[in-house]
Amino acid sequence: MFDETALKSGERASARLRALYRRRGYCPYRMSRFEEYELYLRNKNFLVSQDILTFTDTDGRLMALKPDVTLSIIKNTPETAGGLQKVYYHENVYRTSPAAMGYREIMQTGLECIGQVGPFEEGEVLSLAAESLAAVSDRYLLDVSHLGFAAGLTARLPETVRRDILAELGRKNEAALRELCASSGVDHALAEKLCALAGLYGGAELFPRLEALAEDETSRAALAELKALWEIMESLGLAENLRLDFSIVNDMSYYNGLIFRGYLPGLASGVLAGGRYDNLLRKMGRQGGAVGFAVYLDQLERLEETGSGWDGDILLLYRTEDDPAAVAKRARELGRDGRTVRTDRSEPAGLRFRETVRFEEGGQA
Amino acid sequence: MELVNIALPKGRLGEKVYQRLKAAGYPCPSIEEENRKLIFENPEAGVRYFWVKPSDVAIYVERGAADVGVAGKDILLEYGPDVYELADLGLGKCRMCVAGRRDFRDRTDRTLRVATKFPHIAARYYASRSRDIEIIRLNGSIEIAPILGLSDVIVDIVETGKTLLENDLEPKETIVPISARLIANKVSYKFKHEQIAALHRRVADTL
Repeated sequence: MFDETALKSGERASARLRALYRRRGYCPYRMSRFEEYELYLRNKNFLVSQDILTFTDTDGRLMALKPDVTLSIIKNTPETAGGLQKVYYHENVYRTSPAAMGYREIMQTGLECIGQVGPFEEGEVLSLAAESLAAVSDRYLLDVSHLGFAAGLTARLPETVRRDILAELGRKNEAALRELCASSGVDHALAEKLCALAGLYGGAELFPRLEALAEDETSRAALAELKALWEIMESLGLAENLRLDFSIVNDMSYYNGLIFRGYLPGLASGVLAGGRYDNLLRKMGRQGGAVGFAVYLDQLERLEETGSGWDGDILLLYRTEDDPAAVAKRARELGRDGRTVRTDRSEPAGLRFRETVRFEEGGQA
Repeated sequence: MELVNIALPKGRLGEKVYQRLKAAGYPCPSIEEENRKLIFENPEAGVRYFWVKPSDVAIYVERGAADVGVAGKDILLEYGPDVYELADLGLGKCRMCVAGRRDFRDRTDRTLRVATKFPHIAARYYASRSRDIEIIRLNGSIEIAPILGLSDVIVDIVETGKTLLENDLEPKETIVPISARLIANKVSYKFKHEQIAALHRRVADTL
């Protein structure tokens, strides 16, 4: 029998997630560890961290250790006219983080749906995101946002003002939003709308309030899309942990429409991030739409229960003069019921066992 | 109900912030006793307070050890923690300034030497005006730098301007006004939403 506890939490989660994606008909996707550096140079702002680990390949080309998986998948999946590519992956990516003060290897599992993406596909990916979180934790929240709201409300503002407004929206900083609007000559009514949007957090009960905020065409379309998604999630029994939060904002030159983030209690940053990124596809010269997400598995080790406090069940101690074959046999016997057995001549320093057994030739210990 | 963990900045500002939270309905009698404890709980009000170094509040909140906290805008601008900034408490008001000797004449044909505890704020401010600067990072007694010729100007917090005046310095430009902000951890804000939203509302009502 396969013992899941032998796996580290990240590996365990990854195994469950891959099984889930496979059941829904997504195909495994395995890619090379390296890509040409140029791919990332062209799409730098799409990357979570912009530092890239590079090296020169034997033929002189400048290569990079993948900082991201999505770009590689778009680049390497064939374009199928009118069709869909549904793939999932399990890859290591290399990014810098301020906390690590250098590069880190991050285990990431995720999926992408590329091609003729419609409401069904969006719903499928969002429901898989919810199920992914449910597979790793009993408690989770999946926050959903739609860039159409922020895009619609700020459509007439200059790019620099818009960028600052989105940053403050991301901090739910209503005071700064008002100040920023006042200093850039944005009218008061719009400022109040942005503040209202920043302050929203909750479930389907917020839809009536969003109706009042959505006056332009882009916002109305966004609202309709969110409602349709909610219906799909409700029909699958997955709406309970779904929340609306418009402080989630991503770079609009890559993302458009739906974006979402997944959170687990006790982990200070999100473990899942995804969304609709048709704009990235277009930038890379592809037609159609794309939606996907990634789960950051390196975070999950923090979730692990403190453990039993024991390093093993039984410590079997033998003496140098004992018969090795008899000792080996005794160790197998003790471990037959699934308990862990460490065999040693003396107590190993720093390790704790539930029970210590001394080997007795021929007899029961 | 889980307690809301609140990080308070040690010192005078923290005392004022606590009084504000007490007025908002989050008292904690044990914190008002004179002692050396660092953590105080009041389960009835649903809060746990702790004192930390003011510049560390944002770190406790960003990493989720505290659900909410109060930090100066200077710290938020300098370190850019990934947190929600819920309210301006209007306490601890001061401003981030460029200051220099009273007889200082800015030679724009030279690289400006700036001594500061806030290298990011200083760098961003001068970058926005396309000014070439050299940053000299100090940890305290910044005022002494221009006097000894270590730097041309300083970028520092000015409250009354008294320290500057006594050292023959004066504020030259205001970079940004500073005050204490109520900040929240992004994940706590979601999982303890009712409690944190209530605290936010009640604190905002006292403003």
